Amino acid sequence: MAKLKVDGKEIEVPDHFTLLQACEEAGAEVPRFCFHERLSVAGNCRMCLVEVKGGPPKPAASCAMGVRDVRPGPNGELPEVYTNTPMVKKAREGVMEFLLINHPLDCPICDQGGECDLQDQAMAFGMDASRYTENKRAVEDKYIGPLVKTVMNRCIHCTRCVRFTTEVGGISELGLIGRGEDAEITTYLEHAMTSELQGNVIDLCPVGALTSRPFAFTARPWELGKTESIDVMDALGSAIRVDTRGREVMRIMPRINEQVNEEWISDKTRFIWDGLKTQRLDRPYVRRDGRLQAASWGEAFAAIKAAVSATSADKIGAIAGDLAAVEEMYALKELIRSLGSDNLDCRQDGVALDPSLGRASYLFNPTIEGIDRADALLLIGANPRLEAAVLNARIRKRWRRGNFPIGVIGEGGDLRYDYEYLGSGPDTLGELVNGTGDFLDKLRNAKNPMIIVGQGALTRADGAAILNAASKLANAVGALTDEWNGFGVLHTAASRVGGLDLGFVPGAKGVNAAEMLTGMDVLFLLGADELDFSRKGAKFTVYIGSHGDAGAHHADVILPAAAYTEKSGTWVNTEGRVQMGNRAGFAPGEAREDWAIIRALSDVLGQKLPFDSLYALRAKLYEAYPHFAALDEIAVGNVSEIAALGEKAGEMSKSGFASPIKDFYLTNPIARASAVMAECSALARDNFKAAAE
Amino acid sequence: MLKDQDRIFTNIYGLKDKSLKGAMSRGHWDGTKQIIEKGRDWIIDEMKASGLRGRGGAGFPTGLKWSFMPKESDGRPHYLVVNADESEPGTCKDREILRHDPHTLIEGCVIAGFAMGAHTAYIYVRGEYMREREALQAAIDECYDAGLLGTNNKNGWDFDIFVHHGAGAYICGEETALLESLEGKKGQPRLKPPFPANMGLYGCPTTVNNVESIAVAPTILRRGAGWFSSIGRPNNVGTKLFMISGHVNKPCTVEEAMSIPFRELIEKHAGGVRGGWDNLMAVIPGGASCPIIRGEDMEDAIMDFDGMREKKSSFGTAAIIVMDKSTDVIKAIARLSAFFKHESCGQCTPCREGTGWMWRVMERMVTGNAQKREIDMLLQVSKQIEGHTICALGDAAAWPVQGLIRNFRPEIEARIDRYTHNAMAHGAVMEAAE
Repeated sequence: MAKLKVDGKEIEVPDHFTLLQACEEAGAEVPRFCFHERLSVAGNCRMCLVEVKGGPPKPAASCAMGVRDVRPGPNGELPEVYTNTPMVKKAREGVMEFLLINHPLDCPICDQGGECDLQDQAMAFGMDASRYTENKRAVEDKYIGPLVKTVMNRCIHCTRCVRFTTEVGGISELGLIGRGEDAEITTYLEHAMTSELQGNVIDLCPVGALTSRPFAFTARPWELGKTESIDVMDALGSAIRVDTRGREVMRIMPRINEQVNEEWISDKTRFIWDGLKTQRLDRPYVRRDGRLQAASWGEAFAAIKAAVSATSADKIGAIAGDLAAVEEMYALKELIRSLGSDNLDCRQDGVALDPSLGRASYLFNPTIEGIDRADALLLIGANPRLEAAVLNARIRKRWRRGNFPIGVIGEGGDLRYDYEYLGSGPDTLGELVNGTGDFLDKLRNAKNPMIIVGQGALTRADGAAILNAASKLANAVGALTDEWNGFGVLHTAASRVGGLDLGFVPGAKGVNAAEMLTGMDVLFLLGADELDFSRKGAKFTVYIGSHGDAGAHHADVILPAAAYTEKSGTWVNTEGRVQMGNRAGFAPGEAREDWAIIRALSDVLGQKLPFDSLYALRAKLYEAYPHFAALDEIAVGNVSEIAALGEKAGEMSKSGFASPIKDFYLTNPIARASAVMAECSALARDNFKAAAE
Repeated sequence: MLKDQDRIFTNIYGLKDKSLKGAMSRGHWDGTKQIIEKGRDWIIDEMKASGLRGRGGAGFPTGLKWSFMPKESDGRPHYLVVNADESEPGTCKDREILRHDPHTLIEGCVIAGFAMGAHTAYIYVRGEYMREREALQAAIDECYDAGLLGTNNKNGWDFDIFVHHGAGAYICGEETALLESLEGKKGQPRLKPPFPANMGLYGCPTTVNNVESIAVAPTILRRGAGWFSSIGRPNNVGTKLFMISGHVNKPCTVEEAMSIPFRELIEKHAGGVRGGWDNLMAVIPGGASCPIIRGEDMEDAIMDFDGMREKKSSFGTAAIIVMDKSTDVIKAIARLSAFFKHESCGQCTPCREGTGWMWRVMERMVTGNAQKREIDMLLQVSKQIEGHTICALGDAAAWPVQGLIRNFRPEIEARIDRYTHNAMAHGAVMEAAE
């Protein structure tokens, strides 16, 4: 700990703190543009200048100077720093004036207006009038992709975007070229950035140089309603803020959650919102004469009742999709059970995970924050860059610190960090399990080895055997101790862990999703679209969901439901963290919240569920599954369950692992309805093709 | 006046043999091994005692700088980097050393490298110095062939020298920008601390010295600190290469004693001011970044660090630019502003934005198309740049303008008056819109 005085106030701060952090600690506000807690220090905006007593007779950049760098006085007095002296005031005014001389005065037409650091700080620390009468600099706008819009006249060269893309994103596609006042931020080649995290530069840009292209000129920040919620585009459950105007979602922004997404979100999370407006199911439909025709709720329910009463209980089944919240899965499970059926499945992709193996067997046990503590990593059939882009940034962050060997079994490809490619499939895993292979020593020698098993390895016929082998390996390298559980399953579906927690899997007499799709008389699809409908044999299908995608096309009755921004729901992320999302707006037309639809349907089917409100539902839910009540917490899995898995053996096939995510931008019905995602997807495909040539 | 036997650079004009053999015949490479055998502490103490101040412009004591290097290596190699990126307008001494007397530098590198525990030296040569680099490289090759460099050489200290050719950016003469450039990155100054002596080239302890500072070291150590410190006046000792350019009868680069009076220097070596001393208008005493001084103030000036500070300027690299009364002094400084605007790296705000602003105002002042109040504004802008930047280029850009306003304000005002008068005389009278 270091002691120093800030504006006469004595404080004690950790040694690694910069003066800027120390000043903040002491309650003194220090303006800044280039400094960002999660990026390297550039020290180039010069806005954070403070006066250091006893130093040279000029102000010092507080962001770049550590508290250890300031020297005590000659008689051992504490080092003193001032943020409120005339020298500091003059320095700030001077720098602010320089920043503004070439910055256009186009705040009225700038999308950053209202949430602009430059605007705010010019008000707080700038002068009232400009003395600059020369012409302002004009800079050509650059094309850097369909997501980020550039107005380069406004750029103040803080280089946050360059540092983010290079350090966090792992791409070197953005840089500063030229020098002096001709310096420009550019991709040089004028092609789109390829990072899945590029949208974050919009938040990082302290001015309006980089703004959201899809959001351009649509709304002002102060007229938006802001709802804190949880993202469902992947299984991380990133903290988001949904900005709405009236009923319409205008944009999605990240919130800070150190345990999950720090303050980044993936592009899919950020730019999905135009998909919430298109392809929506806004009224019930019933298939008559082979065609889906609009119907009333009563007609739809009557059609379902007719189908259900015409069949036996064991021919009724339900499949939950990737975006479903815990509440609606609970309601649907209760309904199906009350009808006397055991046919439930939340694993559309047929992944070999089962709650009967113990909760630890399907959680990302090391936790996302735990990546920072890991010191060796093995990825088995996982491509975190596509399956969980923000988690991948966390791996990269750990990798950048050094001493972090990473091994990959699976597809490989550009993961944004260096790794050792061990092999493509189960053979390589088998070698490691049998105690051979160079990488085994690296895992063994690590204090906190980490093994991530992806869906690419588990959604196969031999998935269970691979899970067992990976568990065995984890046990063998010492990843399963009381202090450190390094075995993690990386999910891709937001609903999956919640569904497994609920036991939304086939009961004793039940059949799994693939069999249900072929053999049921009445099949309920709760937003389930990622199924191979060409194999569909179910006679009567009920689709409860928000978007007209594959599931709806093959349905006999469509019950329009709410998307994730239109309902309050609980999701459990891949770590097992229970998080609750909030309703930012109402579902369109006659669409209703999913749980309410199921509750109403249960009444029609004569199996009235015992709750009339979401609160009553949650009371029942928490009674049956207490861990859902502990929001933002993780009910830690039992290590011994993983160790027990390793005891089982199984036959593994030879074929290599393939990631289930073929197209990052089009993984769910909402994304497939989004024009922005479609454009990104096309670009990514072209890039892929260009790279192959 | 410096006696011939006290000159360190005996072939500065290239009139003699510049080969290794020629250099040895003039006394270079004499007893290098013996100097090294006296040990590291002796060399550093002797350098400190000699009072040599860095010749790159800032005048930091060279011996002290060497002593900042860690005594024991912590496993990281140490590096000596020689700054031969001589780009300051007016400065042209290092090129003479490089092309005509390179062995002084090479021998200096070996000794300085030994004194700081470095086995490797990088010489960063300015991009425009093609022939100079070739001459230096030829001399280095000669030394390798003669067994004076490389592993197991005759000096008893394994040493390699690599010549790196810059790409012609003034900012790469700033020591940390030079290190960045040497590492293959964009030449932008680093934040300090950490200082290069702790985290320099490739994160290793590094000392960056000017060519002249290194090149004089062997002779100082051979002839003794006492000899060197007896030349000049206290705190400003030794010999120095003076570069006299501009409106003198015989512009030249000459080695002279420190603290020589300005008048004597110009009379003896440059053949006097063009048109006589009455025709002297202004002098920039140390290269483009040093504030300009009025001619009448320079007549009694002593050419050394303290002498120039008394005149509110800076000794810099002793690149004396003399201007007679035919000079448009405002235009001259405007040209320097253009230079600094062009060479600003663009990293930090005050310099990036401020140098362009100053240049534009200066250009208007050249024609007189300005308001008198803008003179004070210009001064304030220059003060807003000075001391607020990462490196000293901000200061360097501000000082010429400050010097101009301090010393030539009447000329600027007269220019503005004349412009206004002309505007009226030519009938450009304001008329109301019809």
